[in-house]
Amino acid sequence: MATNVTNQAQNTAAETTPKLMITPSPHVKDSITTQDIMFTVLVGLFPALLAAVWYFGMRALIVTLVSVIACIAFEWLFNMVVKKDQTVKDLSAMVTGVILAFNLPSTIPLWMVVVGAFIAIVVVKCLFGGIGTNFANPAATARIFMLVSFATPMTTWTAPRGVDASATATPLSLIASGETDKLPSLMQMFIGQRGGSMGETCAIAIILGGAFLLYKGIISWHIPVSMLASVFVFALLFGENPLYAILSGGVMIGAFFMATDYSTSPVTDTGKIVFGIGIGFLTMVIRSFCSYPEGCSFAILLMNILVPHIDSLTMTKPFGAIFEQKKG
Amino acid sequence: MSFSQKTLKGAKVGHFKNTENCPSTAMPIPAEVCISMSQHLGPPCKPTVAKGDLVKVGTVIGDSDAFLSAPVHSSVSGTVKDITEIVTANGARSQVVIITTDGEQTVDENVKPPVVENHPDFVKAIRASGLVGLGGAGFPTHIKLNPRNLSEVDTLVVNAAECEPYITSDYRTIIERPQDILDGIAAIKKYLAITQVKIAVENNKPQAIELLRRMTADDSSIEVVSLRAIYPKGAEKVTTFETTGRMIKDGQLPADVGVIVNNITSVAFIGQYMRTGMPLVTKCLTVDGGAIAEPKNVIAPIGTRYKDVVAFCGGYKCPPKKLLMGGPMMGIAVFSDEYPVLKNNNALLALDESQTVVYPENPCIRCGRCLHACPFQLMPRAIEMAADNHNVDRLKKLNVMLCMECGCCSYVCPAKRNLTFTNKMAKQQVRASMPKK
Repeated sequence: MATNVTNQAQNTAAETTPKLMITPSPHVKDSITTQDIMFTVLVGLFPALLAAVWYFGMRALIVTLVSVIACIAFEWLFNMVVKKDQTVKDLSAMVTGVILAFNLPSTIPLWMVVVGAFIAIVVVKCLFGGIGTNFANPAATARIFMLVSFATPMTTWTAPRGVDASATATPLSLIASGETDKLPSLMQMFIGQRGGSMGETCAIAIILGGAFLLYKGIISWHIPVSMLASVFVFALLFGENPLYAILSGGVMIGAFFMATDYSTSPVTDTGKIVFGIGIGFLTMVIRSFCSYPEGCSFAILLMNILVPHIDSLTMTKPFGAIFEQKKG
Repeated sequence: MSFSQKTLKGAKVGHFKNTENCPSTAMPIPAEVCISMSQHLGPPCKPTVAKGDLVKVGTVIGDSDAFLSAPVHSSVSGTVKDITEIVTANGARSQVVIITTDGEQTVDENVKPPVVENHPDFVKAIRASGLVGLGGAGFPTHIKLNPRNLSEVDTLVVNAAECEPYITSDYRTIIERPQDILDGIAAIKKYLAITQVKIAVENNKPQAIELLRRMTADDSSIEVVSLRAIYPKGAEKVTTFETTGRMIKDGQLPADVGVIVNNITSVAFIGQYMRTGMPLVTKCLTVDGGAIAEPKNVIAPIGTRYKDVVAFCGGYKCPPKKLLMGGPMMGIAVFSDEYPVLKNNNALLALDESQTVVYPENPCIRCGRCLHACPFQLMPRAIEMAADNHNVDRLKKLNVMLCMECGCCSYVCPAKRNLTFTNKMAKQQVRASMPKK
């Protein structure tokens, strides 16, 4: 009945004044949108893309473009087929495309990139409800899928520019095979003169992009700091060079761009720290004790599965809430 | 009573204090006023006048026996034209007394300074003044001033944070009527045996802070606290915590932690009332927004229709798309400018087309901005999901009833989800599940 009264009143009011909008408060909103956030992430990824093109040539750009286009196309097609609202314009598929490409060697056959994009977007993201509801990191899962399915192309590395063509193996596989005399120096690791996936090698570019995201408030410090610190500490414990551990493999890009994925990381600050520590620990366990030389994406995926539990165990204690005293 | 952080979070909302240098100006008496019987939190008043009665400024025209109520006075002199009903902004019906003014503004002979000797007299006088919380909530002030645990109350928090964007009426009160404020504080201190006074002002009003500090320099019991201007510092629980460090828990009143919180304009009114005895018949409100030709601070007789207030401000310069009673964060959208000014109105905003863009709701991306903006550390997204599933147990576990609907979560959401509204609905679900008294 209350609605009728309102409608009547609205009708009478309409005669005298132009029709007024009735909406619940607040009546102002911040201008930031999902699209803005994703665009900022893309900007943050740009230094690493430049580094990839510098070290691995135009092929890196082509792989990235194919990955991005495939990701956008799969999301668009999926939404069309299942008659969902189009979500491609939020740019999240583009971000996934870039990160996936960064996880691949620059020599990867392009059709495999398309398969990876299918896994990331359709299987991991869209089938679980699309943006915000997928529990696993699309890029990390697609990388693992490709590593298992296309083992040789996924581990065939070309030497980056400025590095001896024979030194094409990744530092981690060198460590695993005991060829430690061929390892690049820490400085080379830092600026990206080492074998590896095209976007993960240049630490300085990733740090630059990550710092930009931190400055913009897109990511918080909790995951990158706790994850890097955890890798550092567990590398020490397992008797490895901690700085080398941080700079090798996918740890850098994982810490700043993959573990920080909103959908697949905890929302509370405490949860984020737990999550980061867990990834660092699992990464070092896989590197030190398992047959795979690199474990960062496995670690991210494993911790993704725990996110709902981390979230519920680290629920905030609201201001003024009354908690029942535990009787003991 | 500890809490992990010293200051509470919030949202960095733009201030838009466009009218801060506009002195408050009294508007001419309109031809007709429409005085609502429902101007406070609590059961509405019953009219005590009949059609055709002559009323003067300050004549009681509505009162109630209910505990949580305050009388309503005529703001004009004239004749009662009608007693009828209107639909209020929240969709309920409310009785109104419509008075045709005679323009004389003759003051009722009962209006004289109250004789107050002790605390009960003071409470009685404040009730008779019709004062309600002028900050927006409209809680009858005499009830605040008469707590059950009077002996435990030691602190008065004067809330001048004025954290809502656009609104500057409290700021103008500080600049224009500092003596009234000091008189009001003195009265409350005296009759309630208050030992310390905190005046909370956001640091975006440096002139007000400076003025208040200068005026209270010789009184060590009064401290002017400058709060970081992050919305919502003016929310009662937030202001109390930031000025005194005391946490008002779920279900508690400020008095339960020994604090009385009053809006600064309410305090100024008390100072003025003790001197003149004139009940609450006018209200200073900020009139602003993109559709208002001349934004200003207007002293309007209570019951003035919004259209008359707008006409005094040069009318609409473009068709208004939304009319707000109050600020943009917590204000209520009204459906007509026939609606009257209420006691607790501190702003009237007429928003234009560009200020009323409706964003489509997008899927949550789990960015956690809502959680980090919530002053009370609630989890708006988790509440939203529980509310969608009608999971009342989970809602209770998430402490949804603590939500004060300040609007921070909706404000910061990049997916433009209406989280504050969902919280409001979720609170309804919890209330509905409780056994009826």
